[in-house]
Parts: sequence; C-alpha cells; structure tokens
Amino acid sequence: MIGPESPVGFYLALAAPFIAAAMAPFAHRVFGHRASWLLALAPAYILIHFFGYMIPSRGSDAAVLSLAEGGRYLFALPWVPALGVGADFLVDGLSHTFALLISGVGFFIVLYAGGYLKGHEQLGRFFSFILMFMGAMLGLVLADDVITLFVFWELTSITSFLLIGFNHTAEASRRAAIQALIVTGGGGLALLAGLLLMVSFTGTLSLSEMATIAPAIKASALYVPILLLVLGGAFTKSAQVPFHFWLPNAMEAPTPVSAYLHSATMVKAGVYLVMRLNPVLGDTLLWSTILPVFGCATLLTGAILALRQTDLKLMLAYTTVASLGLLIALTGTSNETVIKGAALYLVAHALFKAALFMVAGTIDHEAGTRDVTKLGGLRSLMPLTSTAALLAALSMGGLPPFIGFLAKEIMYKGAAYPDLPSIALTTSLVLGNSMMFAAGFVVAIKPFYGERKHVKEAVHEGPFSLWGGPATLAALSLVAGLASAATGDVFIAPLLSAIMGETVEVHLHLWEGFNIAVVLSAVTIGLGLFLYWQIERVRATVAGFLSAVGWGPDKGFDQAVTGLVRMSFALMKRVQFGQMEGYLTITFALVAAALLIPLTVMGEWPSLDVLPDASDITYYELATVFLAVIGVTAVLLANNRLTAIVSLGIQGFAVALIFMLFGAPDLSFTQFMVETLSVVILALVLTRLSLFKRDRRSIGEAVKDSVIAIACGVGFTGLLLTVLAQPFDARLSDFFSEYSFVIAHGRNIVNVIIVDFRGLDTLGEIGVVLVAGLAIIALVRMKPKNMPVAVASPADTGHEVGTSPTETGKAAE
Amino acid sequence: MNTLIFRVMAPYITSLMLIFSVFVLLRGHNEPGGGFIGGLIAASALAIYGISNGVPAVRRAIWAHPIHIAGFGLLLSGLAGLPSIFAQVPYLTGLWTFPTVFGVELAISTVLFFDIGVYFVVLGAISAIALALEERTDD
Repeated sequence: MIGPESPVGFYLALAAPFIAAAMAPFAHRVFGHRASWLLALAPAYILIHFFGYMIPSRGSDAAVLSLAEGGRYLFALPWVPALGVGADFLVDGLSHTFALLISGVGFFIVLYAGGYLKGHEQLGRFFSFILMFMGAMLGLVLADDVITLFVFWELTSITSFLLIGFNHTAEASRRAAIQALIVTGGGGLALLAGLLLMVSFTGTLSLSEMATIAPAIKASALYVPILLLVLGGAFTKSAQVPFHFWLPNAMEAPTPVSAYLHSATMVKAGVYLVMRLNPVLGDTLLWSTILPVFGCATLLTGAILALRQTDLKLMLAYTTVASLGLLIALTGTSNETVIKGAALYLVAHALFKAALFMVAGTIDHEAGTRDVTKLGGLRSLMPLTSTAALLAALSMGGLPPFIGFLAKEIMYKGAAYPDLPSIALTTSLVLGNSMMFAAGFVVAIKPFYGERKHVKEAVHEGPFSLWGGPATLAALSLVAGLASAATGDVFIAPLLSAIMGETVEVHLHLWEGFNIAVVLSAVTIGLGLFLYWQIERVRATVAGFLSAVGWGPDKGFDQAVTGLVRMSFALMKRVQFGQMEGYLTITFALVAAALLIPLTVMGEWPSLDVLPDASDITYYELATVFLAVIGVTAVLLANNRLTAIVSLGIQGFAVALIFMLFGAPDLSFTQFMVETLSVVILALVLTRLSLFKRDRRSIGEAVKDSVIAIACGVGFTGLLLTVLAQPFDARLSDFFSEYSFVIAHGRNIVNVIIVDFRGLDTLGEIGVVLVAGLAIIALVRMKPKNMPVAVASPADTGHEVGTSPTETGKAAE
Repeated sequence: MNTLIFRVMAPYITSLMLIFSVFVLLRGHNEPGGGFIGGLIAASALAIYGISNGVPAVRRAIWAHPIHIAGFGLLLSGLAGLPSIFAQVPYLTGLWTFPTVFGVELAISTVLFFDIGVYFVVLGAISAIALALEERTDD
C-alpha cells in the first residue's frame, strides 16, 4: 500500500480524501470536533503512501527506483478510450513534492480546523468541503492527462468557492466567494482552450508526451495563443497582477481555509502549472518576458500592499500574492539556478506561510482580534505559538539556517548578472524580499512582544490542535535548512529535474563562501529591518498613496459586474420587448432571409424541370390541393380568430391527405392528430386570452406581413425543389428496408426507426416533450403579477413593457 | 359546450378512442401506428371528455396528474433500455422473446415497453397542457 509498487495503494490515496469527505458529516455527528483525528487519517495515509516513493532501491535486483534515483511512475486507467482520454496520473519530483505538501499541511489543517471551529454546528460540512478540496488538489497535481487535469482544476475552484463562502450569512463572504469563482473560473476557461489547442497540435492528451515534442510546439504558429491562454488560467489561479484582488478578499473564509487553500495549495496550482509546462512551453523569449514581468509586478504590488495592512490575515494574504509573483518570476527566467531557487522557495513558502496563517488564526481565536495595532505582549501567555511564529518568520525573512535562507541565496546567485533584465529582476527580488521580511516580522513579533495589550481578558495558549501544526511546520523549516545536503538530494533534485525536464543534480550548502548573493542578502535584511522599524510611517505613506489613486482592480471588478448587469438589461429590453407580433415578425423575416439569401447568393435556384408534367397530376391530388387553398383563403377572410384557427385546420388536414396519397401513412396519421390537437389547444388559448376580435391591422402592417409570409413560402418551395433536384441517395432507406424485419422484427420501418434504430434520439425527444409540458403548465399557472416581463395584450401593446425589467434591474444592481 | 347530445356521447367517444389508441400503439411495429400516434389519440380523447364534461371529471377519471403519467412514461422508456446492459449490448438495443401463451405466439420485447413509454409521455404531456388551459377557462 506504500510507494510506487502498489497501484491499489495509489488509487486509494487519490480516493481517500473523497471517502473521508463523504464520512465527515457522520463522523462529526458522532465524535463532535474530535472527528478531526479520525478524518486526519486520510491525509496521513496519503503522506505515508508518498513517502514510499523515496525509499531507495536495495541491491541489484531492485526493479523500482526511488525518485531521487530518477524514478517516474505512471498510473493509467482508461476513462473515455474512444476519445483517447485516460485517468492517467504521473508521480515525478514535481507532483510528488506537491502531494507531500498537500497531504502534510492538510493533515495539520484538518486537526487545526477541529480546534479552531470547535462547537460550530456546520463543522461536519466544513470538514467535508476541505477534504473534497484536498482530493481535487491532489488529483490536479498528479494528473498527466490534460482533461483529467482540467476536471480537477475546476473542482478546486468549486470547492474553494464553497469554502470561501462558508460563512454564507455574511455578505462579504458571499461576494468574495463569487469573485473568486468568476476570476478563477474565467481563467479556467482560458486554460481549457489553451490545453485543447495543445492537444489538437500535438495529437496527444498526455503532458509527459507533449514534453517530448516541445521544440515543435514552440516553433508552431499556435505557440503564442497556447501560451497566452494557458497563462490566463495560471495567472488567475495564482492571483497575479491584475487578477490578484480576489485572494485578499478570500480571507473572509475561516482561517484553516486561508492557511490551506490560499497559501500552501490552491493558489500554487498556477505556479504548479507553469512549472509543469516549463519543459513544454518554456525557455522562449516570450515566456521569459511575460512571466518575469508579471511576476515582479505581482511581487512588488503584493509586498507594498502587505505593509499597508494592520489585519494579520490580510498582511499574510498580500505577502502570499507577493510570493506567488516571486515564484512565477523565478520560474519564467528559464535559468536553472534561479529555478532551483524557485523550487526551494516553493517548499519553504508552504511551510512558513501555512504556519504563520495558523498562528494568526490562533491569535484571533484566543485574543479576539487580528488587528496588529491592538495586540502586544502575548509571548508569555502563548509561548508555543509565539515560538512557532518566530521560527516561521525567520524562515520567511530568509535568515540562516532556515530553508528560506537557502532559497533566497540561490535565487540571488542565479539572478545577479550585469545585464539589464537581470538587474531589473534582482532589484525587484531584493525590494520584494525586504518588504516581505518586514511584513513577516510584524506578524510574528508585534502581537507577542512589547507592551501587553489585547481585547479579551483571559488569553491563554490554545490546545495542541492549534499550535501543533504551526510548531511542526516551523520546525521543519529549520530542519530542512540544517540538513541542506539531504534536502537537496532527496527533494530538490527530483523536483528541479521535473521542472527542467531533464535530470539535474543538486548540491546544497548553507554556506557557499562570500559571494554576491551574501551581499544582496545583507542588503535585503538591512532594508527589511529599516521598514520594520518605520512600519507606521510606511503604512501611512502607502495608505495615502492608495487613497490618492482611489481605484483598484477590486473596484474595477464591481464596476465590470454592474456594467454587465446593465448591459444585459439593455440588451434584454431590446430583444425581449414583450410583444408577440414583434417576435413573430422577426422570426419569420429571419426564416425568409435564411432561405432566400443562400439560394440567391449560391445560385441554387432550381430549374423548373423538376416539376412533374401536368398530365401526371391526378384529379384527386388537384382536389386535395384545392382543399388546402380553400382553407388558407378562409384564414385570410375569417371574421374572427377562432374561425381562422379552424380554417387553418382545413389546410392541415389537406396536407395530411397529401401525405397519405404519397404513401406515408404514419406521417399522415400523425399530421391528422397533431392538426386536431393544435386546433383544440389554440382554441383554448384564444378563448382564454379573449381574442375574438377581428384582426386590426393597418394596411401597412398587412402589406409587411404578407410580404414576409410570401417570402417564406417562396423560400421553402425553392429549397424543397432544390433538394428534389439532387440525386436521391438510397443507402439509408435501403438499409432500413433490408434490415427492419431481419434485425428489429418489425415491418413498419418508421416505427422501427423511432423505437429501435434511433431509440436514443426518441428517448431524448420524449424528454423534451415532458419538459415542454412542465414549462407550459408553469406558464399557464403563472399569475400576471408574478411575471418578470409584462405581457402585452394587443390593446395596450408596448405601453407598460419595460417597467418591470427596469425595477428588477435596479434591485440587481 | 353545453349541447346535450355531445355531453351524452362524449364518454362513449372517449372510451372508443382510448381503446383505439391502445390498438394503434400495439400494432405499430408492423402496421402504421405506434406510441407517438397512440398517445396523441389518447390525448385527444381526454380533451374531448374535458370539453364536454369539464376538467374535474377528467382529473377524477384518470386518477393521476397527467404530468405524472408523462414522467412514468419517460421512466419506463429509460428503463426499457437497461436490460440490454445485462446482455452485453449497447444501451437501448432491442431484445426479443417469443413465448407461447395458450397456443398463441407472442412477441415480447424491450422495444414494446419503450414504445409504451413514448405513449404515456405524449398522452401525459399533451393532456397536461390541454387540461391546464381548459381549467383556466373555467375559473
């Protein structure tokens, strides 16, 4: 069950979060908040399973290599074989690292949620959502098939929506949830388009196969659209400028969600995608321009905005935006050393940021506020939490011997070159890192040190479930830094090899001698200390600048949504103006145009040769046509509408007779019944609407209507004659008449087609009939005052139309 | 419609039409007919009864709400496709059996049940619409 030798164990690991999610509400009912210990078994199992991939192979007979020895493991299941779509999963250094982060952080998050939301009546539902998210995220990082990847990608958006909107009674929560869904969902659509373009170009759905033909993709004309669409998905998910605004708003979610989704996992999905596609799409001029530019813009924006906040969670949220920008920028350089820095920073960030988020939640939980200006001196009351916070902040600030230090040294070492792009990148990195240094220490120092001040009276250390996670993760930041050689061999080398698409060796040392990176580090720390010292002044400056600008993407989002609603209503008032005659005029005019224009433009008007000779027409055929003409004439001359409807029935029966004469008894039979029922139903509708009055049409209207009617008639006649002029392809009719009795035991071919050969079509059609019936019942029962659009009777056509949509429109705004 | 002759005759016409609709439904596989036409005939039968004797009389006579009849029909048609799964053939493939009952060979098939489902959907949906409209004329 552990490691790559057990496919069953692998699929169980994929399914475990979903199984636990299904059990969560029941577990919560039985065990209360202690259900977290039971449910945490799911991530614990996943963690242990994935540890198995690191066990070195022993002896010469070992068939399965460990990851560090260059192993890659594909688990393939057929899903839609006809389309080549498979539920294929790949474990390599990249997906493995993510799987460990998802399950490892997830384990502590589940425990933390049990303590943090203890006593919340919907805790069971919360566990369910967060475990579903875990499963989705795990599937996303492990998927090798692009369709599978996309399904899990969207599943993370949906579960994230549910989690952000968990406090669904608060309006801010609902807004944040919808905003996140729209931004990430919209990006998801772009991603889907990009992935499908890749599939259509490469002819494979497998990401690992695409990597083998990467040069062809990069050389193709589709490369630019593919790249832009895929990055659209990655940038929205990973909150890059200008899509960063949804992430801080998502802090409306309970803290376990912020710690898990919005620091360690979901927002990294975009980073994951960029890293995964680096071998396929990376290392081009466009790639190494777009990614660093957007990444650095995000890094600086996020870091500046972080300093401005006083809410612990919001500070962390904006530093997360900054870190995501940093990761995107580093990955985009296509420089192996810089990307090594990104790989290290990915791991380091997940550890320290999840820990700091949980610390912020614990402070909020115990002291009753998250406002950093109202907190202080909690260290002696919460010793374990404060130690964890300090350790995490040291890693975040990039001080030795933490893993954050390693990451920073290596990214500086790779980036510092004396050409213009490198200088710009390095400057952004130094500025961003120093601001994050300051923000991290504000979160980790201010609430715990200095003068004691807090809102609640009796503040004390939280239970183990609240401090266990941050303490462990912060300690891991230290251990991973101290054991740098092992970290490099076991984790970073496979991870970097997967990102680069080739085997890479990594040797990490805490001290690599005095070089440019050390200087840059010293500058970063010095600048960070200065900002920390002057934090109040910095905060005021940034706040002043922002209020001077007065506009941001968040406001822009609201304006876009309002604009969309207004536009919809303007459009609806134009298209759905609530006047039946108008709808019918437009419909039939378009029908006439659709018939006549192609016939004319393509020169397809039939020659009259296809018409039969007059001598071939029998007297009873003529009589039937005559009957139809009488019916139609009666419609035109009718005194009231009821008479017109019944007269129209005469024409319908005449058509049914024609079907009969030409050997289509089933069609004729149906036509008779449909004609009868339509007369009955139309008569019922008309009596209800009391439309007995004669048509009151002005001459102008009458002429317009006749022109449209005649155009339709001519168009249909022309089309049918054109069709008849084509040689008749008898293959289908021959097939049906040959096999109808042999295969389907029926001599009535029409019925055999309906119930057997085309049974699935019929099933769909009767479904439509049923739904149409339901819809009509609903329409008939609807009282006029409940109708969203005023129904215009001919007497007051066009007067009151539009009043109710406007009112609804205002309500929607 | 208050003519006495129509009111007296309507139940007989309705009954005859309903029997005829079943006949049309069952013969449909070999002769003109089938579930769709049968359902239309049955719906007209109910419409006639409704026009002559009022909607409440129709609702009493058919027990179930017509839209439930339509739903039952869709369910029946959908289920008629399922036995093919056990026979390892694609969904909705027709399966036939020819048992002899009292010396007469009968043709029983999944297709027959499918067609009966179509009959009920058409009957139910059309009657639901017609009855809903007629009811509005009463109130």
